[in-house]
Amino acid sequence: MAVIELRNVSRHFVADSGVVPAITALDLTVREGEFLCLVGPSGCGKSTLLNLIAGFERPDSGSVLVDGIVVEKPGPERFVIFQEPALFPWLNVRRNVAFGLKVAGLSQPEQDGRVNELLQLVHLSRFADAWIHELSGGMKQRVALARALALDPAILLMDEPFAALDAQTRDLLHEEMEQIWQRTGKTIIFVTHNVREAVRLGTRVILMSPHGGGISREYPIDLPRNRFLEDFDVARIASVIRDDLRRESMSAGEGGSP
Amino acid sequence: MTARSCPVAAVWRRRLSSLGFFIVLLFLWQGICSLALWDEALLPAPLQVWQALAGGVQDGTMAAAVLASMKRLFVGYGLSLAIGIPLGLLLGRNRLLDDTAGSLAVGLQALPSICWLPLAVLWFGLSETAMQFVVVMGSFMSVTLAVRDGVKSIPPLYIRASRVLGARGWFFYGHVLLPASMPALLTGTKLGWSFAWRSLMAAELLYGSIGIGSTLMSGRELHDMALVVAAMLVIVAIGLLFDRVLFQAGERYIQRRWGT
Repeated sequence: MAVIELRNVSRHFVADSGVVPAITALDLTVREGEFLCLVGPSGCGKSTLLNLIAGFERPDSGSVLVDGIVVEKPGPERFVIFQEPALFPWLNVRRNVAFGLKVAGLSQPEQDGRVNELLQLVHLSRFADAWIHELSGGMKQRVALARALALDPAILLMDEPFAALDAQTRDLLHEEMEQIWQRTGKTIIFVTHNVREAVRLGTRVILMSPHGGGISREYPIDLPRNRFLEDFDVARIASVIRDDLRRESMSAGEGGSP
Repeated sequence: MTARSCPVAAVWRRRLSSLGFFIVLLFLWQGICSLALWDEALLPAPLQVWQALAGGVQDGTMAAAVLASMKRLFVGYGLSLAIGIPLGLLLGRNRLLDDTAGSLAVGLQALPSICWLPLAVLWFGLSETAMQFVVVMGSFMSVTLAVRDGVKSIPPLYIRASRVLGARGWFFYGHVLLPASMPALLTGTKLGWSFAWRSLMAAELLYGSIGIGSTLMSGRELHDMALVVAAMLVIVAIGLLFDRVLFQAGERYIQRRWGT
């Protein structure tokens, strides 16, 4: 069953220099339970693609379907995790995680039970009553993850979520993401500029062409789990993708490594 | 033990030094007045001011004046908040409203509120309502504009996240927009308070039956400068009290959550 389908989707922006294509005539099918990673040079439209699926933007032409239904607006069934954790500073950790549950109208005891489970899942039970500014970057992103999982969305859309974190924290979060994905079988679309991260996490990596050219190449990743960033196979596949990426950028006249 | 490792001692040291400063100032004032360099009708000595203040407190006139002013202030300022906060939230979210009502508010903000007094007296007569009207005109626009600017400066990411979380309509206004603009709301209410307080004093100086501003004015008419200065001190004290009690609580709330 196809869970996400993009059919002939185009999207452009109007800038001072004229019309800038972000995505041109793109077709993409994402299967249920897939962990899809999008990589590509900056300006290739990978964030736009995510925003279209999230419902923050509408395509200029073509259609974006989730379970056969046209995406019209953002909602908790397609949860977005941003590069910035986007937690609410006026609420403590517990109430941030509970926010979506409250919107959904769950009773207080139901909320409490669910929040406790989630905080345990992301190893933050001790920080339930902390304020957001008291947390480190990695902890904030884990709270954002718990908040995303609260409503049990079928789809997680992640826009460079670990780009601002240090290497150790990122390693830990890769492990946690992998476990959560294995345990819940959610469909995940993960945008990153880090090719090795994409290979380490994804079941499929998609390389996008610069300047809205759409999908350049696909790489199925059949490596066994659990993987590590330092695995030889991860590095080998990543280097192949990196070479392709470099060629793409060169041919587009960018003249350097991305 | 250093001052850094003992914050309580540091706080007391700061309090003592500021208390010491005011005591020295008081003695200086009394000392200069004792030299009799000028007529004591021009600037009264602290002791005379103290007697005027004590007299006013004893015969109850000072309390009555403060009470009358406070009543006007609470009605006027309360109305300003009740109108200004929701209006500011709306203006911050609705471009059309901002371009119309928002620019009107910016324009009217340039007008000192006391300029409304002639119209207010014409419309409402020599009444409490006229004075409350001046207070409202003085403060509600500054509240509105501060809240509007606060809403506009909410990081768009919070708005996006709240939409993903499913918050819409009243829930969005009550649980996202309002709390997210809390820091601006505090600035707005503080600004509104000081405008309201100044407007009220101006109005009471120009016209008034009972009130702390009117007390000051009657001091002028009786050439009782001790009473004038006593009233000035009471006005300062009320201003400080509100700043400390009301707004510091708000600032602590913000600081705990936002950490700034």
